[in-house]
Amino acid sequence: MKPARFDYYSPSSRDEALELLGQYGDDAKILAGGQSLMPMMNMRLVRPKVVIDINRIAGLSHITPRRDGGLAVGAMTRQRELERSALVLETAPLLSLAIPYIGHFQIRNRGTVGGSLAHSDPAAEIPAVCLTLDTEFELASSGGERTVKAEDFFLNHLTTALEPVELLTEIRIPQTVGNWRWGFQEVCRRDGDFALVGAATMLHLDDKGICLEARITTFGAGGTPMRMDAAEEYLSGSSVNADDRSEAARLVSDALDPISDIHASAKYRQDVGGVMVRRALEQALLAQALPFNEGEDAA
Amino acid sequence: MVQQYIGASITRKEDERFLTGRATFVDDVKLPGMVHATFVRSPHAHARIVAIDTAAALAMPGVVAVFTYDDIASLAKPIPVRLYPLPSLEPFLQYPLAQDKVRYVGDPVAIVIADSRYVAEDALDVIDVTYEPLQAVVDIEESLRDEIIIHEAPGTNLAAHYVVSTGDIDQAFRDAEYTRKERFKTNRHTGNPLETRGMVVAYDSGELTVWGATKVPHFNREVLSSLLDFPEEKMHFIEGDVGGGFGIRGEFYPEDFLVPFAAIRLGRPVKWTEDRLEHLIAANHSRDILCDIEIAMKKDGTILGIRAQVYGDMGGYIRTHGSLVPASTAGLLMGPYNVPAYECGVHCVITNKTGVGTFRAPGRYESCFIRERLLDMAAADLGIDPAELRFKNLIQPSQMPYNAGRTRADGDTIFDSGNYPQALTRALDEIGYAETNPKRWVDDAGRYHGIGIATYVKNTGRGPFEGARIVISGTGDVAVYLGITTMGQGHETTMAQICADSLGVSMEAVTIYHGNTDYIPFGGGTYGSRGTVMGGNAVHLACQNMKERILSLASTYLDTEPANLVLQTGEIFRKGAEHGPALLSLGEVAGLAENAGSDEEDSGTLEITAYFEADQLTFSYGSHAAHVAVDPETGKIEIIRYVVVEDIGRAINPLMVHGQAVGGAAQGIGATLLEELVYDDSGQLLAGSFMDYLLPTSTDVPPIESIVLEEAPSPLNPLGVKGAGEGGIVATGATLANAVSNALAPLGVQITQLPLSPSFIVKLLSS
Ligand SMILES: Cc1cc2nc3c(=O)[nH]c(=O)nc-3n(C[C@H](O)[C@H](O)[C@H](O)COP(=O)(O)OP(=O)(O)OC[C@H]3O[C@@H](n4cnc5c(N)ncnc54)[C@H](O)[C@@H]3O)c2cc1C
Repeated sequence: MKPARFDYYSPSSRDEALELLGQYGDDAKILAGGQSLMPMMNMRLVRPKVVIDINRIAGLSHITPRRDGGLAVGAMTRQRELERSALVLETAPLLSLAIPYIGHFQIRNRGTVGGSLAHSDPAAEIPAVCLTLDTEFELASSGGERTVKAEDFFLNHLTTALEPVELLTEIRIPQTVGNWRWGFQEVCRRDGDFALVGAATMLHLDDKGICLEARITTFGAGGTPMRMDAAEEYLSGSSVNADDRSEAARLVSDALDPISDIHASAKYRQDVGGVMVRRALEQALLAQALPFNEGEDAA
Repeated sequence: MVQQYIGASITRKEDERFLTGRATFVDDVKLPGMVHATFVRSPHAHARIVAIDTAAALAMPGVVAVFTYDDIASLAKPIPVRLYPLPSLEPFLQYPLAQDKVRYVGDPVAIVIADSRYVAEDALDVIDVTYEPLQAVVDIEESLRDEIIIHEAPGTNLAAHYVVSTGDIDQAFRDAEYTRKERFKTNRHTGNPLETRGMVVAYDSGELTVWGATKVPHFNREVLSSLLDFPEEKMHFIEGDVGGGFGIRGEFYPEDFLVPFAAIRLGRPVKWTEDRLEHLIAANHSRDILCDIEIAMKKDGTILGIRAQVYGDMGGYIRTHGSLVPASTAGLLMGPYNVPAYECGVHCVITNKTGVGTFRAPGRYESCFIRERLLDMAAADLGIDPAELRFKNLIQPSQMPYNAGRTRADGDTIFDSGNYPQALTRALDEIGYAETNPKRWVDDAGRYHGIGIATYVKNTGRGPFEGARIVISGTGDVAVYLGITTMGQGHETTMAQICADSLGVSMEAVTIYHGNTDYIPFGGGTYGSRGTVMGGNAVHLACQNMKERILSLASTYLDTEPANLVLQTGEIFRKGAEHGPALLSLGEVAGLAENAGSDEEDSGTLEITAYFEADQLTFSYGSHAAHVAVDPETGKIEIIRYVVVEDIGRAINPLMVHGQAVGGAAQGIGATLLEELVYDDSGQLLAGSFMDYLLPTSTDVPPIESIVLEEAPSPLNPLGVKGAGEGGIVATGATLANAVSNALAPLGVQITQLPLSPSFIVKLLSS
């Protein structure tokens, strides 16, 4: 369990990193929190010739309010910082709800927002949340910058729209408070494991409790997190009552075509994917903005 | 009042070293000029080796050597069986390197030595082994058809088959008013000590030193001596601190030959530290048992007989004690019950998987699951409460000692002492069994709750002997050298407690030395909960002899009779005047021994070696009880309460016994809910790292309520002790499976295999 030979660079500026990326492209790997990259290198499942460590670049780690009420988060922001941020709780409570499900706090201390998105494990929480929140990603290369929507970012199992020469620098999360409700559910074999299957939801309700817009994402049930169009359409205009929630769950199970592995069968992921959606919807109807608790320390 | 150490919950002497990071594990051993080993391991489950090309690797800078079968051919002998030998096993034993065939993924094909582990792993990339893949056999029933033969010479995949029996089984089934037949399967998993295997071997001036030995170093030294054709007295096996054994660590494996072989050939110290990926494919697996069982009963629940077939999946080779796993499954399948007739066929079956050895409570975890599940099914069929059914059949204290008959090929099973019903009563009381009515219910959240119970008996303290050597120096310090080894059990504390009480000294004066073959000529090692039974009684015996010697020396000097003197807190007093002035200190007695010189048999040092012998086993026993809640939609199981009651005869250190019970239960909970070494049809291990091999974490293990009873001391040894290392794990599979089956009984679920993964539970619920 020792990595193959590689050259190591530790650029101190973004431009320097982009230049290195431009030079080495496919042969290079960005090192962020290292929580996914290092195990893969140690098992020699990936063998980059060059590792570009972006931990010493200033300006990549921040949580900043945007003028439109949304949130900008730097790619190198540690997952633990999101978990402890009052601003995130106020602006994107779904993200606050989901983060504690990532591994254990030790992993979240190192793991970054950008690393999770670039790695794009199909069962990862941050990608699912970003897809649900219609997040935008800023990708930079020595040639310039471009913005990609979440729906266009996740392409396939561990594959994103990132080009080998590109760095993910920032994500932008639109505001979803006010009459929005949120829910997040997952089932895993042990606390801290990647989910066997899970669901995230946002419901925009009018004053009478009628659903103006429903967003439903499943994760761990395909190559990428997926928005569940049929269930979303079904729920909009409904009161999201028990029957509606069950029907949405059924529509989700019907739409899923997951794979089997040693931890769960395809059938399990399909059936329980629906259950997770139903429970996330129930949770969303109960969701209230919570006061931020500075001392709270989820494990 | 003199302090009693035995029975006191003294915190562990060794913990300061461990908790402050100052322990010395084998990977901490670093020698000048040391080089590093790694292994070319087969990527195929079953294949012929056509060619091995090492040229490119040997040409790499930093690569020191590569050895293949041809290099060891002149020495090549198979690794012998340590426990449960049977003649038919011989042709299935493993050689240190594969010769012309590989038989599991991980089978060593070559050993690579390089300046660093990094370079050694780089070399693995360029060693070109040409394989001709063969069809793999990964299933017991498929293997038994002998359509694909794994070992050509014997021409069969059945390495052993025999029948154990007692009573008239045919008569039992003729008399039966009720029978039930079931098939059970336990999941292949293993102990996974936190410290993986490893060794550092140095060869210097004809002496060979092996660091990293544990479990059975004296036996392993004998094996290595025979395999290397190297004089045993010139080999020194050193244990150091060890991060867990659980039966896996310390057996003689191929690497235990290859690393010393390389060190001798190269004349340089060689280190090998196994990584987790290697560990999961190379170190012993366990628990892979298939069992067909049938029970004969009267309508009132009285057991008349049990007959069964036990099939143990042995993996690609018979390892040092693989055959013990099915033997022990059969050996205690009847459990702590009156079973007048019993017959069991035992089959050791070769497959293309990693070799099997023991894991904490080998065969007993399995047999307890099989039997206790079947009893719950029978209880339901007969409309009898599961606890009542057990009380009806448990062996009574008045029947002790109880000969259960020839349930093992190597002898009768004789329960030495015990009050089995009392242990069950206690477990039921703790879980609130009588008050919990009904014993299953559904809560507001739709979760299914159930109570489950199981009872067990577990043989401990295997002989034939164990040694201890005691040396008292001129300062009065007492050094105790053990023949047993220590993988984390805390013997530096318990053995000091025994010594201090048995000799009459303070615990502070006692230092325990263990794990070095130079300390004592013979040692049986530590396995099967034998440490305290055998090693503890050896210390006790040595202390008795030492005390006699001390009092004899002192009485000669003081011109009185030994009977007039007492040894207490390290000093000699006149009997009846223990509060008066001491007549002699221990250090002074050591001086007397020196002066006594050649008059005494030990020629001048105050030193005693004693061997405690035992030809019978001590049987710990107990009951577990659990309350679980199952989410029928996700299949997730929550353990709400878990109770372990075990009687170990006498607890030397209740705090440490408690630790053993909790640790054992945690391991068993992991084994039952999470852990499985899953293979695909081609014999690839799919749970090859800790990403997929799921050990329990703190959130999976509830607080374990452990109750230690001391109601039935063993009559077989002076301390009255029985082994305490395995009671926490034995009944975990049975208890949790019973609790879950009970909870889900209204939905028609009966568990017959493990582990209880969410996906498996949901599948059972939907079928
Ligand atoms: C025991 C354990 C449990 C875990 N459990 C979970 C879990 O339950 N859920 C979960 O989501 N994750 C889990 N993880 C993974 C963890 O969240 C990682 O932090 C995350 O997947 C990767 O983030 P990182 O910052 O560590 O990235 P790294 O490991 O450093 O990088 C990951 C990949 O992303 C690329 N990359 C990183 N940053 C950028 C960037 N800015 N631009 C372009 N490419 C980039 C790297 O080149 C690499 O290919 C777990 C990890 C461990 C070790």
